[in-house]
Amino acid sequence: MAKELIKGNTAVAEAALRAGLEAYFGYPITPQTELLEHLSLRMPELGRVFVQAESELGAINMVYGAACTGKRVMTSSSSPGVSLMMEGLSYIAGTELPAVFVDVVRGGPGLGNIAPAQGDYIQIVHGGGHGDYRVLVLAPASVQEAVDLTGLAFDLAEKYRSLVCIMMDGSLGQMMEPAEIPPMQPLKTEIPDWAVRGTDGGEKRFLTSINLDPPDQERLNYRLMTRWQEIEANEVRYKGYYLDDAEFVVVGFGTAGRVSLSAVRATRDKGIKVGLLRPITLAPFPNAILNELAEKVEGFLVVEMNAGQMLEDVRLVVRGRKPVEFFGRMGGVVPFPDEVLTEIERLTAGPLTTEGHPRDRWLARMAEVLG
Amino acid sequence: MVMMDVPTKVVYERPAVLDPRVTHYCPGCTHGVAHRLVGEVLEEMGEVGNTIGVASVGCSVFAYNYFNVDFVEAAHGRAPAMATGIKRLLPERTVFTYQGDGDLASIGMGEIVGAASRGELLTVIFINNTNYGMTGGQMAPTTLPGQVTTSSPTGRDVTRQGHPIQTSELLATLEGAAYVVRRSLHNVREVRRAKKAIRTAFEVQKKGLGFSLVELLSTCPTNWGLSAAEAREWVEERMLPYFPLGDYKISPAVAELDL
Repeated sequence: MAKELIKGNTAVAEAALRAGLEAYFGYPITPQTELLEHLSLRMPELGRVFVQAESELGAINMVYGAACTGKRVMTSSSSPGVSLMMEGLSYIAGTELPAVFVDVVRGGPGLGNIAPAQGDYIQIVHGGGHGDYRVLVLAPASVQEAVDLTGLAFDLAEKYRSLVCIMMDGSLGQMMEPAEIPPMQPLKTEIPDWAVRGTDGGEKRFLTSINLDPPDQERLNYRLMTRWQEIEANEVRYKGYYLDDAEFVVVGFGTAGRVSLSAVRATRDKGIKVGLLRPITLAPFPNAILNELAEKVEGFLVVEMNAGQMLEDVRLVVRGRKPVEFFGRMGGVVPFPDEVLTEIERLTAGPLTTEGHPRDRWLARMAEVLG
Repeated sequence: MVMMDVPTKVVYERPAVLDPRVTHYCPGCTHGVAHRLVGEVLEEMGEVGNTIGVASVGCSVFAYNYFNVDFVEAAHGRAPAMATGIKRLLPERTVFTYQGDGDLASIGMGEIVGAASRGELLTVIFINNTNYGMTGGQMAPTTLPGQVTTSSPTGRDVTRQGHPIQTSELLATLEGAAYVVRRSLHNVREVRRAKKAIRTAFEVQKKGLGFSLVELLSTCPTNWGLSAAEAREWVEERMLPYFPLGDYKISPAVAELDL
């Protein structure tokens, strides 16, 4: 297959369809709408299900019902819409159903704006809906990677009967890049045993997230958490750049990771040994490599398009062994490579400290820009 | 005494589709009647093995325990959305939701209007007993003016608490809704009429004619503070004037159905 110039949202939609998506339910919201629009034409063309729901609440609950049939189903939205989906996501998790959702993150809180942001990290990675559950979170940094992760998302969802989120941001959704979309896969023919379909005279199946007897609920929670341990052991994905001889490491995901890579390359040109760790799975988080780096490098710079959300996960692994600094832009502002370069130079020039909180120091520096 | 060999004829038995378990519904509650009618209709249509039910949140949250058909349990109010997801992927299957008035007409109003307006091929069994039964009898969107509930302790004051929603009348305005009727379960005659309506609703789905809903006026003796017999009278005297029984939407195609 040849590469084509394609928009991120459209590419993910087409990749999902070619990965055997049988039903899509969604609601328009910028900056993810092209994903819905593309499937509104393509799904019916192929005799597959497309429903524009009455709300994101409706969409995610349609996904909930559709996932009960064991087929490949998904929805997509952007931050405010994903907030509305949190109810359904919790129910899907509690019923142990495979489903994929895409969050094309925009500036917030509230209506915020429609510019690229990463402010949903805590919501998606550490919670969102009520109750004990985890979501596999994949964070692409290019249109091609988004395409590749889309097929993977369905495989992982089915393998672990889990929710998988592809967390992009407005720039990845909107930007056009050359990408190669894999060929059309045949639809899944095997329906899992647990899926509802009508008894046809056989044993009744029922799918629910209700367990009124607390010991039953606890057993479910235990099963979810031991499955999560399995996911942590097997599914960590990240990309390292110049890590072998790195003395300092930048940690960033998605667009922030990509911008940071430009800065890291510029730093390398100046002879400073800086590497980049770009987590691809935000959950499970790449703890092991980060832990390894914490033993050998001199310090870290976390770069995000939020106020330091992944930062806390990095600090949890580094545990004060090495200095961790932070640089972020918020509210839909995308950092320039030059800004990140300045921050790297500040880090490498020292002095470094493990005292205090890197967010406080960053906010103090931001006062010059925003104060 | 002479023993005579009288041939027995079964005139009444539990539909096989209903599980022979102890009911969790209160004495005098008509949920059991509604369950039975749905069960009888599914059996008579030969649809038991072909059906998927969607339970809702409220007293009927455990509806799935009583029916020997595949079942799923929806979030509060979202049964029509969940049923949409199932039916669109399994169009040959019969899919129904079973929802109470708080679930359908309050928190789930968006989902029921969406499903009806899209003309989803679903059958909705809608139980209207004018209160939130499961949580102990709070004011529902269907609570009558002046009716005392635990959250309208001095009686529903429509100037402060709004007016009851007439759901069937409202949904009947939607083009996608093919069959919307209101029946009652407060006496034998109405129970028989209710069964006929439920049969029609499932036939409408089977024949692909559009969205179908049967609203069933039901009793809630426990939360109304009445005996079973008094509760049935209360339906007749209090509910019928505000919620008149009738056919609110019969699409032309449904009108031509010969059952």
